[in-house]
Amino acid sequence: MSVIIDAIKRLFTHEGGSKEIAKERLKLVLIHDRTSISTEIIDQIKEEMIQVISKHLEIDRDGVEFSLEGEENSVALVANIPIKGVRRHKKKN
Amino acid sequence: MGKVIVITSGKGGVGKTTAVANIGTALASMDQKVALVDADIGLRNLDVVLGLENRIVYDIVDVVEGRAKLKQALIRDKRFPSLCLLPAAQTRDKEAVSPEDMVRLCNNLKEEFDFIIIDSPAGIERGFKNAVTPADMAIVVTTPEVSAVRDADRVIGLLEAMEKTDSKLIVNRVRSKLVDRGDMLSVEDVLEILSIDLIGVIPEDEHIIISTNRGEPLVNNNDAPAGRSFMDIARRILGEDVPMNMYTEKEDFFTKFKRFLRWR
Repeated sequence: MSVIIDAIKRLFTHEGGSKEIAKERLKLVLIHDRTSISTEIIDQIKEEMIQVISKHLEIDRDGVEFSLEGEENSVALVANIPIKGVRRHKKKN
Repeated sequence: MGKVIVITSGKGGVGKTTAVANIGTALASMDQKVALVDADIGLRNLDVVLGLENRIVYDIVDVVEGRAKLKQALIRDKRFPSLCLLPAAQTRDKEAVSPEDMVRLCNNLKEEFDFIIIDSPAGIERGFKNAVTPADMAIVVTTPEVSAVRDADRVIGLLEAMEKTDSKLIVNRVRSKLVDRGDMLSVEDVLEILSIDLIGVIPEDEHIIISTNRGEPLVNNNDAPAGRSFMDIARRILGEDVPMNMYTEKEDFFTKFKRFLRWR
C-alpha cells in the first residue's frame, strides 16, 4: 500500500531519481580525479614535446597550450601548438 | 601479536570516530583486548565519544616525547575492562608525531593488545600519514553522497600508493527510504564506483546521536540498528562470515506507543 502511495506522491512532486544524477556526476568527477597529473609532470611533457616538435617545425613557444580535457567518459590530453613555419632541413648528399 | 587497523575517510564528518568507538567496544565485548588510538592531534574527539574525557592525564605526544610511559597514558574503560584509549594531544599539532613514532608506538601496543584501532584525522596530509603508516588493515568510511565517495576514492588511491593492500569499506548513514525512492546512492552504486570490498553497512540511526550525547557506546543496545551493524563488522574482523544485514528500527507495540507519546 505504502508503495502505491509513494508512487502517487512521486507523480505530484519532483522527488525521486536524484541518485542517478549523483551517480553520473560522481563518475565524471572521478574520471578527472583519477587521471589528475601533477603540474610538474604536465610541464615536463610540454617541454619535451616542444623540443621534439622544434626539430621539424618552428613553433611559437609562448602560444603553446596544454590541458587535460574530460569527454563523456574519457580524458584527453589536448595540446595547442601554434606553428610559425617549417624548418628547412639540409639535404644529405 | 596484535593487528593494527586504521579507520579513515578523507572527508570529515562521515563517522570515523563513531566507527572507531563502536567497533572498538564491539571487539572488547567479544573478549578481545583493544587499544583505541586517537591520531587526530589538535582536534581530539574520541575521548568524548567514549565518555572518557575526564580521565585523561597523559596523551600520545607525552608518550612520544618521553614524558609518560605508554601504560600511564592508556585509559582503561571501566565498562569494558579489555578496552583502552590512548588520547590525542589537544594543544599540539600533527607535526608533533611522525609516522615512525606511530610505527614504534603500535609495535609496543601490539605486544599487549589483540587489536589497535587508529582514528585517523580528516584530510590527506601529515595526520593521515601518521595514522595509516603503522596499519596492517585500513577501513575506509564513506556516506552515500557525492563528496564523501569522491574523497573515499582519493583515499583508496593513496592507500594503494602506500602499499596498504588490505582495505575495506564501510558505507555509513544509509537511509533505506531514500534509496528505495531513488534519492540516495545505494550500497551497490557506491561499490560499483569504488573498487574495494565491503565490510559493513550502517543505517542512519538516531541512537548514534543519543549515545554520543551520553558518551556511551551503542553496541550493547540491541534496539539500535547501527549498534547491531557495528557488532556484525566486529565479527567480520574476527573472521566470521556474517551476511550483510540492513537492520531497521523495530516497530513493536512499545516503540509505536513511545512515538505516539512523543508526538503529543
